[in-house]
Amino acid sequence: MSIATLPDVRTATRPVAAVTTRPRPRIRWENVVIHVLLLACVLVIAFPLYYAFVISTQTVEQVMARPPLLRPSSHVLENYAGAWSRSHMGRLLWNSAIVALVSTVGKIAISMLSAFAIVYFDFRGKTLVFWMIFVTLMLPVEVRIMSTYEVIGDLGWLDTYWGLTVPLMASATATFLFRQFYQTVPNELCEAAQLDGVGPLRFLWSFLLPLSWANIAALFVVLFIFGWNQYLWPLMITNTEAMRVVVIGIEELIPRTGTHVPEWNVMMAAAMMALLPPVAVILFMQRWFVKGLIESEK
Amino acid sequence: MTRFMRYGTALALVLVMVATTAPAYAQKTEIHFWHAMGGQLGETVGELVRQFNASQGEFEVKALQKGTYPETLTAAIAAYRQKNPPHIVQVFDVGTQTMLSSGAVYPVFQLLKEQEVAVSWGDFIKPVTGYYSKDGNLYSMPFNSSSPILYYNKDAFRKAKLDPEKPPKTWKEVGDFSKAIIAAGGSKCGITTSWPSWSMLENTFPWHDQPFATNDNGYKGLDTKLLINGEFGQKHIGQLAAWQKEGIYSYGGRMGQPDPKFINGDCAMLVQSSAVIGGFKKSVKFDWGTGQLPHWGAPYKKQNAIVGGGTLWVMKGRKPAEYKGVAQFMKFISDPHQQMWWSVTTGYVPITQTAIKNLESGYHFKKNPEQWTALSQLSGAPTKNSQGVRLGNFPQIRDAIEAELENIFAGKKSAKEGLAAAVAKGNDILKEFAAANKP
Amino acid sequence: MLPQVAVTIVFFFWPAFESLRLSFFRTSPFGDRQVFVGLENFVRLLSAPDYYQAIANTFVFALGVTGIGVGAGLLVAALATQHIRGLAAYRTALLWPYGIAPPVAGIIFLFIFHPSYGVLPYWLSFVTTYEVNWLLKGWVAMTLVIVATAWTHVGYNIAFFLAGLLAIPTSVMEAASVDGAGGLRRFRSIVFPLLSPITFYLVVVNLIFSFFGSFGVIKAVTQGGPGNATEIMVYKVYKDGFIGLNLGSSAAQSVMLMIVVIGLTALQFKFLEKKVTY
Repeated sequence: MSIATLPDVRTATRPVAAVTTRPRPRIRWENVVIHVLLLACVLVIAFPLYYAFVISTQTVEQVMARPPLLRPSSHVLENYAGAWSRSHMGRLLWNSAIVALVSTVGKIAISMLSAFAIVYFDFRGKTLVFWMIFVTLMLPVEVRIMSTYEVIGDLGWLDTYWGLTVPLMASATATFLFRQFYQTVPNELCEAAQLDGVGPLRFLWSFLLPLSWANIAALFVVLFIFGWNQYLWPLMITNTEAMRVVVIGIEELIPRTGTHVPEWNVMMAAAMMALLPPVAVILFMQRWFVKGLIESEK
Repeated sequence: MTRFMRYGTALALVLVMVATTAPAYAQKTEIHFWHAMGGQLGETVGELVRQFNASQGEFEVKALQKGTYPETLTAAIAAYRQKNPPHIVQVFDVGTQTMLSSGAVYPVFQLLKEQEVAVSWGDFIKPVTGYYSKDGNLYSMPFNSSSPILYYNKDAFRKAKLDPEKPPKTWKEVGDFSKAIIAAGGSKCGITTSWPSWSMLENTFPWHDQPFATNDNGYKGLDTKLLINGEFGQKHIGQLAAWQKEGIYSYGGRMGQPDPKFINGDCAMLVQSSAVIGGFKKSVKFDWGTGQLPHWGAPYKKQNAIVGGGTLWVMKGRKPAEYKGVAQFMKFISDPHQQMWWSVTTGYVPITQTAIKNLESGYHFKKNPEQWTALSQLSGAPTKNSQGVRLGNFPQIRDAIEAELENIFAGKKSAKEGLAAAVAKGNDILKEFAAANKP
Repeated sequence: MLPQVAVTIVFFFWPAFESLRLSFFRTSPFGDRQVFVGLENFVRLLSAPDYYQAIANTFVFALGVTGIGVGAGLLVAALATQHIRGLAAYRTALLWPYGIAPPVAGIIFLFIFHPSYGVLPYWLSFVTTYEVNWLLKGWVAMTLVIVATAWTHVGYNIAFFLAGLLAIPTSVMEAASVDGAGGLRRFRSIVFPLLSPITFYLVVVNLIFSFFGSFGVIKAVTQGGPGNATEIMVYKVYKDGFIGLNLGSSAAQSVMLMIVVIGLTALQFKFLEKKVTY
């Protein structure tokens, strides 16, 4: 990103330069302040999750007590075991993993190819296609759910992994990020490849792909979480317990008739378990995640 | 190129493999049953279904929770439009008119007649069947029926030197008792109400034999108009609004959101569905009791409350042979034995007189007086004002009413203005429904 | 390319077209009766004061979520790129709330804000006698859903800002700090301009997200209340169509939303293209 602006910035700040040379120790105090501020941020940002964990260890009465109890209680085992067995958590996690992984991989593959086509080929209606893809970024599933349901029904995909994953695969975000990245790849590389007689898909596979691992990792995290957290769509198209995903399982633990005291504790225990895979993905991919997001912008 | 192809083929293969890991088959004829009951209730439904499946070898009912009530209904409609509906779907009370007008349902009375399953319809209690019948015939099978009752904190009553065995019978007493309890430090507020539109309007009107809407509460036609902003509505809601200011009434939100105010002792009384009894027995730590929905007394007549909850609708569009199993399941759940088990386990009211009598002779209501409270409100012959409320797009109307109630309790509008606005919005919704469902 | 176009057409354009078509019809819930009514659905919509309130709510909500989300993201990311020990741990702690599902987030915040058992009203009761009751006070409810929604998305924003900040060559920062530009000043004159494309991207994404993708929290917590104080456009589409089964009006509202979508897309294109392909 704008390396060109660097010299300007430097010259702009130079006049101040000569005047101050700061002694070392001051920086430590700064660091303490930063530590304190960061800790405060972590507290604010992580508190809701901590509270959710606390709820998952309490009994129903403790959950609704006033003043609120903010320390974990001792009912961890029963709540978690209850949530696990009552919602058939094993199967749900497996399905969620499939939905999240397949839709993510499919989405990345499709987006990569489309972005490649948009950047490296000239064809009629290119702008139109790009616009078309872009508008899809905006329309949430919930708004077009009835018609999408009918399409899936006509395809005979109700209650299948196809139906669960394919409609999630069109993604403007991913296409957009890949496009940004390809545009930064020097044209010379492409020309050199062409001179060597390398075909376009070969070029994508052996040159661009290795360069974009960081992007892929970043997208993987974003899309995995998106796929993992789907609720309304899987609810609509699954007709058997065996096809359900974990977010539905969590909601199922809350009495939706509004005429029963909700077991928030068990529900939070389920939520905590459902949270682990996406958090694991974030933690595991963190390094590439943060790096990859920006490669495209450079 | 080739490597890419291989990669692509591999991916496609994985997709196909994944997609074909479809669920296993069952030998028996499957009956699909979609419902909206989560948590322990959902597990009780599961148990009921297991009992049915174990009772015969021909059919297997598969129960599936399809989200909330609205989500379940919408999912069933979408599936019906795809010609793949569930055989049975649980629909909430306010969805009744939508189902009746749809042409997509197989009326329960007709199903049982055609499948030659004998059911003594006379045994069903009137306020329940009245709500779900058309021209005297039952269209959907009552499943989870409840009625709003008063819950009160006996400990708080004792603190205020009130008789803990005497819940307030009238709204005037509600006010007086609340003041006494608050003054004695028994609780911070007197009363709160769950399901505000259902408990404070949809039930309070029939309870006083007041019309909720024209056309006999919508039973006689679709060109219906709301009547809730009359003198009675203004009096009742106006009183609640005044009490909200004084701290006697404390608005606690929609659906079951106000329950915690009662459970943690903030409010001494709560109006909520009789279906929470089971849950309260587990999670309420103080001594509590129940009483009938409070009444305004003379000059208003004391009529009956209406039922809330859900019923089971049979959808058209499945194979004829499968409906035999559906009929058997309907018969199964209306049997006195099942009725009693269901009612005792969940707190919903039993719906046949035989079941009630059996429970009575087993001293069930003596031991569990709170389960009698709801039933006592449903006895007697309903009038045209108390047979039920049947409106098109009722969920939307309820939403509009509750939004305006919130404006009233927040002091933004007077009871008169707020109710008038609710009526205007409600009538508009009714007009839209009538236009879309012109026969 | 072809697959994407196919998926887009089948799963986005066909439904969008269907919405467009339905917006001119009055349809019974089961779809068996459809009557052409011309523009009546739109007229009805645009003559209802509720709809204007929903539009106003949407803008308040979107601006609130974007302002808080992007602002907090930038602040936190700036702190988390300072040269101190334990950065990795901090970053981890800051990023992981992003993994939580919106309905669950809604329920957690319900517990924090709940007037009768929530932590926040309880703490505030020591400080002030003002009753922070979102069940009746519209602005409190709005604040609640804004904060909760911004929270679910702040991890995303932090990640992007972190990436942006880390991409600034250390030489630039060192040069500036040798030159003696103070922290804040350094940030304002060097860092922020370099971050502006990302900031712009995030602002647009957050706006879009709060306009269209984020009623999970509203559905779980306020259901649009009290009154209609937290009813945003996309929630109203969902409520009237999915719950109310008024397909015609819901379709008309979808079309209105799509118009906004296209407007926002155009806006994004105009600016983003300019900024990024400098």
